[in-house]
Amino acid sequence: MKSSRLLLFSLVAALWPAQSFAYKIYVSNEKDNTITVVDSTTMEPVHTIKSGQRPRGITVTLDGKFILVCASDDDTIEVFDTITYERVATLPSGPDPELFVLSPSGDRLYVANEDDNLVTVIDLANRSVLNEIPVGVEPEGMGVSPDGKTIVNTSETTNMAHFIDSESFEITANVLVDSRPRFAEYKKDGTQVWVTSEIGGTVSVIDAASKEIVKKIEFEVPGLAKEALQPVGLRITKDGKKAFVALGPANRVAVINGETFEVEKYILVGQRVWQLAFSPDEKHIFSTNGLTNDITAIDVETLEPIKSIQVGEQPWGVAVSPQ
Amino acid sequence: MEKVVIAVVSCALANLAVLPEVATAETELRVGYLRLNEPKLVISVLDAPPKDDGFAGAVVGVNDNNTTGKFTNQTFRLDDIALDAKTDPTGIVDKLAASGTFYLVADLPADLMLKVADAAAKKGMLVFNAGATDDDLREENCRANVFHTAPTRSMLADGLAQYLAWKQWRNWFLITGSHPDDKLWAEALKRAAQRFGATIVEEKEFADRGSSRQTDSGNALIQREVPVFTQDVADHDVVVAADESEIFATYLPYRTWTPRPVAGSAGLVPSSWHPSHEQWGAKQIQNRFVKATGRRMNSKDMQAWIAVRIIGEAATRTKSADPGKIAKFVKDPNFSVAAFKGQKVTFRQWNWQLRQPILLSDARNVVSVSPQEGFLHQLSELDTLGVDQPETACKLTDGEAQ
Repeated sequence: MKSSRLLLFSLVAALWPAQSFAYKIYVSNEKDNTITVVDSTTMEPVHTIKSGQRPRGITVTLDGKFILVCASDDDTIEVFDTITYERVATLPSGPDPELFVLSPSGDRLYVANEDDNLVTVIDLANRSVLNEIPVGVEPEGMGVSPDGKTIVNTSETTNMAHFIDSESFEITANVLVDSRPRFAEYKKDGTQVWVTSEIGGTVSVIDAASKEIVKKIEFEVPGLAKEALQPVGLRITKDGKKAFVALGPANRVAVINGETFEVEKYILVGQRVWQLAFSPDEKHIFSTNGLTNDITAIDVETLEPIKSIQVGEQPWGVAVSPQ
Repeated sequence: MEKVVIAVVSCALANLAVLPEVATAETELRVGYLRLNEPKLVISVLDAPPKDDGFAGAVVGVNDNNTTGKFTNQTFRLDDIALDAKTDPTGIVDKLAASGTFYLVADLPADLMLKVADAAAKKGMLVFNAGATDDDLREENCRANVFHTAPTRSMLADGLAQYLAWKQWRNWFLITGSHPDDKLWAEALKRAAQRFGATIVEEKEFADRGSSRQTDSGNALIQREVPVFTQDVADHDVVVAADESEIFATYLPYRTWTPRPVAGSAGLVPSSWHPSHEQWGAKQIQNRFVKATGRRMNSKDMQAWIAVRIIGEAATRTKSADPGKIAKFVKDPNFSVAAFKGQKVTFRQWNWQLRQPILLSDARNVVSVSPQEGFLHQLSELDTLGVDQPETACKLTDGEAQ
């Protein structure tokens, strides 16, 4: 017994070489109304937070002190302390908040209200609504430019990426993309916005200046029906060289070359892979696997899945505490 | 007799009187929703279709299109047109065309559907069949200007048969109603049994003798009648009922001589949609639908919603209100829409039938969704449901279709 424990310890040590810092991974579990907290040093769950109903979109404030979670069925956003795990506040999110994005300065939250065709802008300091912007049907994906000047929202039934000026709150451009756009992510240099289309099965790369689609990335996995390749969550490395795309029922994360747009690898993870988040040092990326109730840690360098971690029921979103 | 005819015509005119003379802006797309206002007799009051069944889906679809239309300067307008089963609809179709309505969503019986389609073709109008499940409308009576968002009986039957095959319930006791629609449904079920390796070990007709539905003494009577009716038949795994007319199927569960599950028109029922369906984002359309109508979404609502969404999707992407351009766009092999069913839905190029997954549900819940895993197809697994291209009797002649 003692030796096996030792072995386990050395295995973990081998997999997770001494790290200069520790961080935490927070996973929203849509079905059992919890947030699983995973410690990066052991890669084991250390705590389960009871949340509101149907927690989906999740993020951590820039100072690392609070977790923000869309409790979609409670029509609110909950704020949890990252030390005590107590709920300390709720935010006026508007009805059915699903996904959101923090402004780069961390003072605002841009929320997609799926049932009301609105994007709600929340001032985090005052916990107040700054504005509501009417967008297309079933708003979902939310991205923000690195300079904070432009918000991008995707509407799933209208099939558009709406570019919104963050000062005037006016829509400046509407870009038609393929069916059911789920997620929008800017490259860190602000030149491109990548939008996943779940049902269309593509990723549109939109030039941020001209608002033209410069590339539509398609996916192909031998032995899998084209219909099963459904891009959902997407993350791009800070250097813009690699993009990771969660492919939903295809149970794979695609790795795309950020410059040539070629799909370089498909990484097999758990079932119904949904959202993704990088570790602060970008050495790992985590995928939520909704049907296998786990998350997969992927090594960003070797592109190998290295560990599955059991979380709650139907994990949806994932966020990592900042460095 | 003459008086009656006049009354019908003026009724139809009254319907049209609410329409302005012609469409006002080039960017307005007018959709006419054609239906009969005939109450449906059902066994359980819970199964009585709401008065706006189907139409409400079109309403929500038009609302959605108008939300998108704000960004494309397009508006959509919906008119509810009641037809009379015994009156030729040509005059009404002509008037709709004259007022600038080029898109029709129809929930009509097959014969009326064909009359509408042929009148509409002469005016360059597009028709979306959101109600009739008749296979012949997609086969020998197919039309180049009619898109079918309703599934066919054969698609529904195949969806059910795949699941029964997966369950290894291969021996069916088929009970068929005595009305023409029941016979068509039974034919589709028999075809499905053959395709997916089931055997109909026994078939009986349940004649409609005009017995009263659920009355005071009804329950006691049925309790005695159904066991006797299902007695002395070959050993079977499942009772499959073909009863579109709602005469007997709802009475079968819990009352059969041998304890067997019931499927078809009662028990496990195949459909294009279900009020409890929430998977694949369906929760969102259900929420939107409840907010707009105060009830949950039925199959016909979804079939009408998709029809209107297809018009909207094509209008957005072509930046046009022209039915010719829209038809060309929708007929492109790459055209698809999202329909909250886990995968894109597309049109069969040979008869303009919408490929779609089939839900299998009991009264409260979705039990499974077909096509079932393992039923393979060289092009689309959705084509394991219904009449496939090599078997089709449809010959489209307008040159637009393959």
